Amino acid sequence: MTADICGDPLTLYGFTCASRLLVGTAQYPSPAIMSRAISAAKAEIITVSLRREAGGGRAGERFWALIRELGIRVLPNTAGCVSVKEAVTTAQMAREVFDTPWIKLEVIGEQDSLQPDVFGLVEAATILTREGFAVFPYTTEDLVVAERLLHAGCEVLMPWGSPIGSGRGLNNPYALRSLRAHFPNVPLIVDAGIGAPSHAALAMEMGFDAVLLNTAIAKAGDPVLMASAFACAVEAGRNAYLAGLMEARDMAAPSTPVIGRPFSDLARA
Amino acid sequence: MRITVNGKSLDVVAATLDALLRELDYEGAAVATALNQAFVRRGERGKISLKEGDAVEILTPRQGG
Repeated sequence: MTADICGDPLTLYGFTCASRLLVGTAQYPSPAIMSRAISAAKAEIITVSLRREAGGGRAGERFWALIRELGIRVLPNTAGCVSVKEAVTTAQMAREVFDTPWIKLEVIGEQDSLQPDVFGLVEAATILTREGFAVFPYTTEDLVVAERLLHAGCEVLMPWGSPIGSGRGLNNPYALRSLRAHFPNVPLIVDAGIGAPSHAALAMEMGFDAVLLNTAIAKAGDPVLMASAFACAVEAGRNAYLAGLMEARDMAAPSTPVIGRPFSDLARA
Repeated sequence: MRITVNGKSLDVVAATLDALLRELDYEGAAVATALNQAFVRRGERGKISLKEGDAVEILTPRQGG
């Protein structure tokens, strides 16, 4: 039996969906391919951003019209913000334009790794939740930071797998497993660094509630096919988690019955 | 009056944020605005007077990860 919305829904800030794959909308070869990839991913939540546009330009307008046509819930981000003030202001602007209180909160603390500034993140999350935002904080796997974010009012956490756009998968499985174990009832979405469907499947097998990725699909040779591959991987990983994985062993254990093995009474050379 | 719009220095005649959007051909567009790093709601743009040296951000929807 496969997981579906009836038996295994994902609920984020009161929004219930069947898909556990959230995808970004950037870096696709064309808007048409982006739309087809989102469809192939079976995504019900997609990330978007706000950026400057030259006066008279209408690229943003066209993009927004395309997204609205898709009819999929959007999760605006504060990508690139390096201070609490920038992130809070960007979130406020996004709420007005995209007409949603949802915000993927990024406060970047280091440019080479794009590692979250977790101190600024907690501060910004505190401000935004007080203002009625539904904050999806892009964070590390740090347990204390996670606790602070929950205390700030976040109902969902989004730990990184590895640095944004790196495609390195899950850099710190031990810490991610610890996070999962410490917060069994908090929706946890692995965000960033997922490079292959196997990475996504592993995250789901570990019990994470969903994964969010962009580059691995958008920069694939065939983004639509890769989106489909990720959808399968996420579903497989989720089903595997629900089914219960076997315990790993150090030594071999025969799967075929030992009793009745032919020639078992003969001495071996 | 010289102000900064989206990081570029511009000479503008608009006296309010609302008028600035019209002057720069953003009227009717899906944009969000900030003045000196503070968010300005759509309904408040007409009440916000601009002054020399102000920094305005005009943002539109864009692809994001």
